[in-house]
Amino acid sequence: MLILKCPYCGVACDETELHAGGEAHLTRHGPGSSDADFEEYLFMRENPRGVHFERWRHVYGCGKWFHAARDTATLEVFGTYSAQVAEPPKDVRAAITAKVPGWRWRDLS
Amino acid sequence: MPSEIPRMKREMSRYSVFAVAREAFRDHQGWTRAWGSPEPKRKYDVIIIGAGGHGLATAYYLGKNHGIRNVAVLEKGWLGGGNTGRNTTIIRSNYLQDPSAAIYEKARSLYEDLSQDLNYNVMFSPRGVMMLAQTEHEIRGYKRTAHANALQGVATEFISPARVKQLCPIMEIRGPRYPVLGALWQPRGGTARHDAVAWGYARKCSEMGMDIIQKCEVTGVRSQGGKVVGVTTSRGDIDCDKLGVVVAGHSGHVADMAGFRLPIESVALQALVSEPIKPCMDVVVMANTVHGYMSQSDKGEMVIGGGTDGYNNYTQRGSFHHIEETVRALVETFPMISRLKMLRQWGGIVDVTGDRSPILSKTPLENCFINCGWGTGGFKAIPGSGWGMAELMATGYSPLTEAFGLDRFSEGRFIDESVAAGVAH
Ligand SMILES: Cc1cc2nc3c(=O)[nH]c(=O)nc-3n(C[C@H](O)[C@H](O)[C@H](O)COP(=O)(O)OP(=O)(O)OC[C@H]3O[C@@H](n4cnc5c(N)ncnc54)[C@H](O)[C@@H]3O)c2cc1C
Ligand SMILES: [Zn+2]
Repeated sequence: MLILKCPYCGVACDETELHAGGEAHLTRHGPGSSDADFEEYLFMRENPRGVHFERWRHVYGCGKWFHAARDTATLEVFGTYSAQVAEPPKDVRAAITAKVPGWRWRDLS
Repeated sequence: MPSEIPRMKREMSRYSVFAVAREAFRDHQGWTRAWGSPEPKRKYDVIIIGAGGHGLATAYYLGKNHGIRNVAVLEKGWLGGGNTGRNTTIIRSNYLQDPSAAIYEKARSLYEDLSQDLNYNVMFSPRGVMMLAQTEHEIRGYKRTAHANALQGVATEFISPARVKQLCPIMEIRGPRYPVLGALWQPRGGTARHDAVAWGYARKCSEMGMDIIQKCEVTGVRSQGGKVVGVTTSRGDIDCDKLGVVVAGHSGHVADMAGFRLPIESVALQALVSEPIKPCMDVVVMANTVHGYMSQSDKGEMVIGGGTDGYNNYTQRGSFHHIEETVRALVETFPMISRLKMLRQWGGIVDVTGDRSPILSKTPLENCFINCGWGTGGFKAIPGSGWGMAELMATGYSPLTEAFGLDRFSEGRFIDESVAAGVAH
């Protein structure tokens, strides 16, 4: 069972308390954007076997959205962080590098 | 570098009642191997990555329908060890959209005489599939599907609760939470033996001289000037003129090697079976509102499945609470299963697209084709998908696969089955 720590209320919640919200840090392309950008935003997904960044919501708790860094191949959790950022913070990236040297995700590493 | 070795002699005995009688008289010493175990050649006309049902069927129809036999199917594990060997084997074609009905009904109709075609008993059992309507919306939805199916030439009908009870007496149709209000009934839907489908295709491919190479993981896709030229594998480099990527849950990973992106996410889907009991249910029942479905295997086990996990996962095991949800949902409609012991549970990694329809397509890399996105429901499609994919790879066009191209996502031309097929199967 997946356990993530909500960065807002500090509770270690198991997945039944949470709702998975899909890939993190998507750029929301809207009206006026190119077809390719809109397709990218709506449908194209990273889907890595390994390090992944996602949005989660603490539905049966404080109700807030947050981010999580996770390994989809081992189910290891590297850390959770605020929803108010456009990319993963340094300490989370360092925690991943310590465990998975050479990881990459989009243009992050 | 892999070296050229003399081709294996592949004489496979035909299976028949006479063969069984003959072998009975000679202590079963005369059975030959069902498929070869060759070393990879340096180059093939076509390489298929993934020896699941869809990859093997693609290879089979490349040989049978298009005469392309210099083909290798590369498999990182053992053949049929992916979702093909992990699914709950429901076969139906009562989809809403025309392109879906076409490819699923093609598959279902090929299943009807697949055992004869492959000379391998795939145990196709058209026992009938019913999808329960347990809300007013579902009644409307399934009536609409039944009308669509009538126009598409797919034999289905909307049946009354009394008929449901008659077809499946162990069902409690009065609720309490979700009474059964009717069902979409496809009498020629059913089940087949999943392993046998993979094994039957593999045996025929091998007989045609194709190489099925197990324990051979593709780790890179090589290209020159935007054209695919071969693959890198755990058993060396192998060249090809055309490449078919048919790796289900691993599609994103392999597409990454080939340098393109996919509108796919990989999630875990589980199933479980009970201890074997006496025959009590001779139809397949799906309850989409409460998210569960059940059938009885020939061994007597109740085969149960439900929904996928909500997050990306490659571990081939799912969450416990999903099993609990599925079983809890089914106990209301099938009270008798509350006393059953569950024997085992397993998971597979399914490849889910935004519109819940598959992708059979050319890719941005020339001569590289992809067949994926079957998600939770591709076992039923194996023969039709292989038929269409082979045609696409051999000739560049197939009416069966035309609507399922990758370009549909940028064009907004979805084949929306997410509403029609709310449950995993
Ligand atoms: C629990 C469960 C229940 C299901 N129930 C049903 C059902 O009732 N009815 C239905 O129609 N469908 C069902 N499905 C869906 C169905 O199983 C799949 O859609 C179908 O089997 C996919 O077949 P495939 O050949 O595309 O993939 P697979 O059988 O998964 O084959 C892909 C193969 O590619 C190989 N591969 C991956 N990466 C590489 C690589 N890099 N190099 C070499 N080989 C590689 C894998 O090892 C694998 O063997 C279910 C699925 C699951 C998990
Ligand atoms: Zn919280």
